[in-house]
Amino acid sequence: MQFNSFSDFINMGGYGFYVWLSFGAAALILTLLLISSKAGHQQIITQISKRKQREDKLRQAKELRKKQNEVLNEVTE
Amino acid sequence: MWKWLHPYANPEVSYHFTNKLLPWLSALAAIFLSIGLVWALLFAPADYQQGHSFRIFYIHVPAASLSMGIYVSMAIAAFSSLVWQLKLADASAAAMAPVGAAFTAIALITGAAWGKPMWGTWWIWDARLTSELILLFLYLGVIALHNAFEDKNLAGKAAGILTLVGVINIPIIKYSVEWWNTLHQGSTVSKLGKPSMSLDMLWPFIFCFIGFSLLVGVIICLRFRNEILARNSIRPWVRELVQQNTVK
Repeated sequence: MQFNSFSDFINMGGYGFYVWLSFGAAALILTLLLISSKAGHQQIITQISKRKQREDKLRQAKELRKKQNEVLNEVTE
Repeated sequence: MWKWLHPYANPEVSYHFTNKLLPWLSALAAIFLSIGLVWALLFAPADYQQGHSFRIFYIHVPAASLSMGIYVSMAIAAFSSLVWQLKLADASAAAMAPVGAAFTAIALITGAAWGKPMWGTWWIWDARLTSELILLFLYLGVIALHNAFEDKNLAGKAAGILTLVGVINIPIIKYSVEWWNTLHQGSTVSKLGKPSMSLDMLWPFIFCFIGFSLLVGVIICLRFRNEILARNSIRPWVRELVQQNTVK
């Protein structure tokens, strides 16, 4: 152990500000990157699922219109 | 080798392989990083000239060398994508760029915070610092190009060409301290076989370096599987996976 007390450790022999700025900035950047990379997984899954729902709806609407047209044709005939 | 590599060119296999790899990589990264950082901050001796400010070294040097290492891997991926049209190589290059940019930024910030007490200035247009700043801009350009096109193959091609042109910057960073004798000091660790550092300073560095490399692996894996999903969103296996994972 290189330090006698906790305040000694924080002070870093007078270089405390620079040392903790470096360690803090690195920790912040890496934590943010890690969290956003991890969260991206669920985001993409939600995105794809939404697109799939939209496609399903479009397909259903198309089939419905087809059926309606058939019925209409039968009536007019 | 090609026979062994072939199944990994399948996005579905790579996706599941990445998923299996992640917990192991994460655990190893946590172990190495916590040992390395505690050792570096509490137990490594202070430098006889630089005092405790020397502890910045344990983040600055791994970050700087990883920023170059990630660039080289990204360039290899970009090259294989351009030459052999490996789509997964594109996905991996896109996954690596933000990680490389983050480590370049860390190298620059910690360098500034170390330069202020040691050199008396946060920034100077020294060859090493300037070329590392250019590396950051290269990374940002690559990220921008990957996001600039709706068509991911086209985006990968454009970003790949920029990546390959930018490789010229890597030897410039590496040898800048020898070619231009300015403020940044020379290498202390990578003198092969004979590092000019005492062992009680070198060991925590080795732990930090391995820990940061593993963390790079973890983040790249996380981003790589996101890229695979995004690029294969119409494939049946992705659709099935999405169905399983969506909360109804």
